Amino acid sequence: MNLDFTPGEEQFRAEVRSFLKAKLPARIADKVRTGKRLHKKDHEEWHAILQERGWLASHWPPEFGGPGWTTAQAHIFDEEVSLAFAPRVVPFGVSMLGPVLIKYGTSAQKSHWLPRILDGTDWWCQGYSEPGAGSDLASLKTSAVRQGDHYLVNGQKTWTTLAQHADMIFCLVRTSTEGKKQAGISFLLIDMKSPGVEVRPIITLEGEHEVNEIFFTDVRVPVENLVGEENMGWTYAKYLLTYERTSEARVGAATAALSFLKQVAQTEEKGGRPLAEDPLFAARIARVEIDLENMKTTNLRVLADSASSAAPLELSAMLKIRGTEIRQELASLTRIALGPYAQPYVAEALDEDFPGPQIGPDYAAGIAAHYFNERKLSIFAGSNEVQREIITKVSLEL
Amino acid sequence: MLAETLGRFLQKRYPVEVRHQISESTAGWSSAHWGELAELGVLGGLVPEAAGGFGGIGFDIAAIFEQLGRAMAVEPFLGTLMAVRTLAKVGGHDGLIGEVLSGASILAFAHEDRTSRYDLTNIAAHARRDGDRWLLNGGKALVTHLEAADDIIVSARISGVRGEQTGIGLFLVKRAAAGVAVEGYPLIDGGRAGELQLADTPSMLLTDDAYPVLEDVVAAGIVALSWEAVGIMDMIKTTTLDYLRTRQQFGVPIGKFQALQHRMATVALEIEQARSAAINAANGLQGDRAKRERSASAAKYTIGRAGTLVAEEAIQLHGGMGMTWELPVSHFAKRLMMIGHQLGDEDHHLARFIAFEQAA
Repeated sequence: MNLDFTPGEEQFRAEVRSFLKAKLPARIADKVRTGKRLHKKDHEEWHAILQERGWLASHWPPEFGGPGWTTAQAHIFDEEVSLAFAPRVVPFGVSMLGPVLIKYGTSAQKSHWLPRILDGTDWWCQGYSEPGAGSDLASLKTSAVRQGDHYLVNGQKTWTTLAQHADMIFCLVRTSTEGKKQAGISFLLIDMKSPGVEVRPIITLEGEHEVNEIFFTDVRVPVENLVGEENMGWTYAKYLLTYERTSEARVGAATAALSFLKQVAQTEEKGGRPLAEDPLFAARIARVEIDLENMKTTNLRVLADSASSAAPLELSAMLKIRGTEIRQELASLTRIALGPYAQPYVAEALDEDFPGPQIGPDYAAGIAAHYFNERKLSIFAGSNEVQREIITKVSLEL
Repeated sequence: MLAETLGRFLQKRYPVEVRHQISESTAGWSSAHWGELAELGVLGGLVPEAAGGFGGIGFDIAAIFEQLGRAMAVEPFLGTLMAVRTLAKVGGHDGLIGEVLSGASILAFAHEDRTSRYDLTNIAAHARRDGDRWLLNGGKALVTHLEAADDIIVSARISGVRGEQTGIGLFLVKRAAAGVAVEGYPLIDGGRAGELQLADTPSMLLTDDAYPVLEDVVAAGIVALSWEAVGIMDMIKTTTLDYLRTRQQFGVPIGKFQALQHRMATVALEIEQARSAAINAANGLQGDRAKRERSASAAKYTIGRAGTLVAEEAIQLHGGMGMTWELPVSHFAKRLMMIGHQLGDEDHHLARFIAFEQAA
């Protein structure tokens, strides 16, 4: 197995680097590097820059506006944008809904929705989890009842990331209560401006507004917004989750987080020497660094093995577990590296126009909050325990 | 291709009962099997073409040792790999390499002593020039298949002290030479090794700048051990899953219990990570020194950590049966654990990885 990139691929890497150097706004990269708050306009600005170059939907086929990259190229791109501290492309439209529409949508749906994802007309969010359907997603209850040319939707979604910005939501809804619970689910596209849709913020433990609850009361949704067949939504959802979990390896993001940790450990001191030279701390960094290098190769194996960029379910489950464990450990070590200065938390210090004064080292403001925020990684996109269930059923066949 | 041939041979000719018979024999290995494997070209696969073989890159070594791990083969492959690789590195010994590859001659590789504790510069044996030959004095520890060897490659200090990379020589010693004392013994994993004592033993100098050769040869040994471990871990996984599916308690197969399922899922995940580490080491063997050593240490650390988890979980999940001599799983577990004691343990290689990191 050859793990080295070809000269052509290395040339592509150079091309990506020079693009990032020329086009990634320093203001935005600085926010990502120092853990400052990104606003909707920051994301939109970066998406537009990528789209201008044709690189926004990096894994879409060319006929729908993707760049037609090989899996190796997409991997290199992911690594380089992360290392340059570019924001992650907001995944809901581009990485989640896009592939589902491309595989299961009608030609009318494709020609209507895909261009609007690319040009930023629609900001999408994902309506999966419900108060009673978290890890046990298939027990969702939000109902859609067909009435002539529309569905009438009632129910509640929760943990909906960035729904406060969204124009549209793709939802799993129950269209039948017969048979297995997975069998009565449909995949519906809902306009967030429809009468009867209400968004309420959920404030997370570090004090941020990232996720929301959404209430649907007699919301009318045109039948042409049904993706694929009625009651087949679980199949589409599983396909989408494969994408979500593979991308949770987040090799590039972890590599960038490791380089930030090393920078902090070089700057912080212990006994008059850089913390990075303390044998106990150096061992903690080395352990997670080796785990990351192993996972990079596992990720490349998955990419090499799968004809499409959707990975086999059990391997994407393994990548989800190990990838999130690594990023949580990196966030934790960065918090530990900061020592006593992990404690101060001035929420306004995460805004770009914060006049100061900055407390402690200039990189300190967001580190503890980031650590707490990253606890979500082992819970969302199917908790790591649910991933172990998937490995058990799909791969171990127990 | 070679690996498939080897795999088929071992499946047919080296089932676990035969392996145990061989392991418990006086010699502790089978010269008959060794001869057949040499004929199949398995030994040649460990050696580059330039030195008379037809393999020798990391992935060749990997493919062979993965199969050897699956069969728990006890023959002197590791010593042969390291000794022949040494000869190929220093050059000019094609005749002897040819004899070894044909199966006619066995070489042992003797480097560490009782207090080296995996540090390649930390050896006490020393060499003294005597006319056109060299006389060696000192001891070597845990030399695999020492008793079987016709010749032994031995390291000794020509100058300098413990800890210095310069001043180490490598020498070729005839088993029958004066002052050679060998004490062989069995190992807990079913293999055999021995302690070597040299008293004014005449020898031939191979190189007086041995450290770079030692690093490369040990890295190749680590690739071999890592893949032997991967082969073993795959076998442990298969046999443990079989057990979980068939053993009944409380009226159901024990594999239905979530506590055991999640432990097994973690084992499966760690095996895949270990395989990735072993791929990195095989790939790194052809790289420059930093890449080779970094990936070798990362792999040996990972294999050490994952190997312990896999071995201990396999015994636990087999319950009382995991404690018996009768089931192969306990023998796989023993070999897997002892790989952690060869060519550097988890802590040694973590420290080494950090040293390369800080030097970069």
